[in-house]
Amino acid sequence: MGLAPAQKGQPQGLPLHLDIMNIIVVGLNHKTAPVEIREKISFQPTMLEDAHRKLLETPGVTEGMILSTCNRVEVYSCVNDIENGIREVKGFISAFHGLPIERFEEHLFVCSAEDALKHLFRVASSLDSMVVGEPQILGQLKDAYQTSCKYTAAGVIINKLLHRAFSVAKRVRTETKIASSAVSISYAAVELAKKIFGSLEGKVVMLVGAGEMCELAAKHFINSGIKEIYVTNRTFERAEKLAEEFKGTPVPFNEFHQSLQKVDIVLSSTGAPHYIIKPEDVTEALRARKQKPMFFIDIAVPRDIDPKVNDIDNVYLYDIDDMQGVIEANVKERSKEAEKAEGIIAEELKGFIHWLKTLDLNPTIVGIRERAEGVRKKELEKALSYLKGVSPEQVKVLESMTSAIVNKLIHHPIVALKAHAKDHSRDMYVEVARNMFNLAEKEKEETEESLED
Amino acid sequence: MLFITLFLYLAATIGYISYLVTLKKGISVASTSILGISFLIHAVTIILRYPELGHPPFIGIETLSFLAWTIVGIYLLVEWRYKVYVLGSIVSPIAFILLLLTVIIPEGEIHVPSYLRSVWFPLHVGFAFLGNAIFSLACAAGIMYMIQERQVKGHHLGGIYKRLPSLDVLDEINEMCLFVGFPLMTFGIITGFIWSNAVWGTFWNTSPRAVFSLITWLLYATLLTGRLSVGWRGRRAAVLAITGFSIMIATYFVINIIWGGHAFK
Repeated sequence: MGLAPAQKGQPQGLPLHLDIMNIIVVGLNHKTAPVEIREKISFQPTMLEDAHRKLLETPGVTEGMILSTCNRVEVYSCVNDIENGIREVKGFISAFHGLPIERFEEHLFVCSAEDALKHLFRVASSLDSMVVGEPQILGQLKDAYQTSCKYTAAGVIINKLLHRAFSVAKRVRTETKIASSAVSISYAAVELAKKIFGSLEGKVVMLVGAGEMCELAAKHFINSGIKEIYVTNRTFERAEKLAEEFKGTPVPFNEFHQSLQKVDIVLSSTGAPHYIIKPEDVTEALRARKQKPMFFIDIAVPRDIDPKVNDIDNVYLYDIDDMQGVIEANVKERSKEAEKAEGIIAEELKGFIHWLKTLDLNPTIVGIRERAEGVRKKELEKALSYLKGVSPEQVKVLESMTSAIVNKLIHHPIVALKAHAKDHSRDMYVEVARNMFNLAEKEKEETEESLED
Repeated sequence: MLFITLFLYLAATIGYISYLVTLKKGISVASTSILGISFLIHAVTIILRYPELGHPPFIGIETLSFLAWTIVGIYLLVEWRYKVYVLGSIVSPIAFILLLLTVIIPEGEIHVPSYLRSVWFPLHVGFAFLGNAIFSLACAAGIMYMIQERQVKGHHLGGIYKRLPSLDVLDEINEMCLFVGFPLMTFGIITGFIWSNAVWGTFWNTSPRAVFSLITWLLYATLLTGRLSVGWRGRRAAVLAITGFSIMIATYFVINIIWGGHAFK
């Protein structure tokens, strides 16, 4: 009774979805923008503190997270209003990098609400990657999330969303074989090396020349636990610089043949017009290392290594076409798995949105009322069955008394819920209320995915 | 009892082969368990048959059963150490076939001659058998090495490549088998000399079997030296392991079965 006016007075027109559905993504990636644009928009690690602060100062933005990798720059934000939010975030990017918006707007992609969730899930599961299934992106996303937490830009919504994204990614990884086959030269190289050497621990890699692909492959080898990396290049300074980057040892170019005997894996990509590694160099190295196997990857065109090297026992040579062949077979298999992964994401998205709906304010308030009313009716019935000779008027008095008690008890919780309907802490209030009134029936428990995973 | 073992070896064979096809972890675990159980039952069978036969399982057709048992035992150790389940798909059918031969080939009347009653005989044969079993695994690993090496060298990275273990593991098995098998084989030969001396009063008893055993021993000795000094490994080691074992098998079947053991005068 006492609450009836308040219920009526609830503003119907105002969006109650001032929540997780107000998430937007503004960004660009390898599909939408060339590297010249991506590099101008990218956020270097040193900029991130400032960037998160400025993002939060942007009008209408309540939470934010910046994901910046070499293939993508994406700004995730929670905004009060989607349309204004998108405009403001674009403005933030433009102002932060001092780049007029016209210069890059055509390369931007924007999505919001359900599409934004789906995008995040796909990114986390590596379905949006240039090399579908490559595992690095998940780590990068975790880093971005941690950075955002560190600068207190992530709130309840980003927390929830990211944790869910991590668990979706885990499901995709375990239920599909999306990450099981190597589809980039560097992965294929590492995988092949493992078939030759078993474990890569304690192995020595040499980079001959400094192509981009070689550097990438070198990084993967380093991540696989190799012991040492030698770098050689025609210009010694370049070798020194790369060696420093990989914590390796630079080797002068005219002396690198002498070091071959210490090396298990050679990655070659020089611009030399003729072969720089010949069968006799390899046989000699092999003798010195007691025939321990060697693996040569030649991604230079024209080739650096004489193909006859492959005829030597315990030596394996792959040129760029051989590597391409390995990858092609894997790509086919992977696209089948990607389809399966998309299915999982669609399913997870549906589940997540359903779960979000249970967090809505209105159903929660209704739920609290129903719960209270149910208890009142049951208890009243019980009481009436004990009492004899109660007149209808007396029943009426009992009815209104119990109603008054119940309504007054739930009045403040409901007012408090409504008071936070539009702010940051809304989701938390809703969740607490649902727990306290035991409305959590079959809500799917959110899997708290640990970040270390 | 023998039939149960036979059946279990067949089951293990099917298990390992289906693992090879599906690559499902559960199947490999199940196959290993089956093989482990059959190994134990087989052991009991061999012990129980001892009084029935009246001689150790080193004579006549019974040797095949004993050989199968040692191979399986050694394989289980290797699998446990190197986690190379695909090797099971070679070893378990071998065990099955060897045991099947034991069952179908009729056991002839065996007179155990007095010279086989020497204490040195079981020692000689025991070491020789352990050595043989280990070299049979080296041979299996060698075959796999040759196949895998062809895949990697020829840039064919298909299903076979995916299923076979890394070249390094296969070569390591070869090395380990050589390091363990060679001393055992050597002991087998030394105890053979002693046995010969004890029975006939001479260390060397020229028989085709003895000659071929010595040839095999020399071959493995060469491989061992090559391995230790100049690093013979990989393909060469695999080829030698396969050759050595082939000579051993040929010696066994041709000389032992057809001519009835050492052709003693």
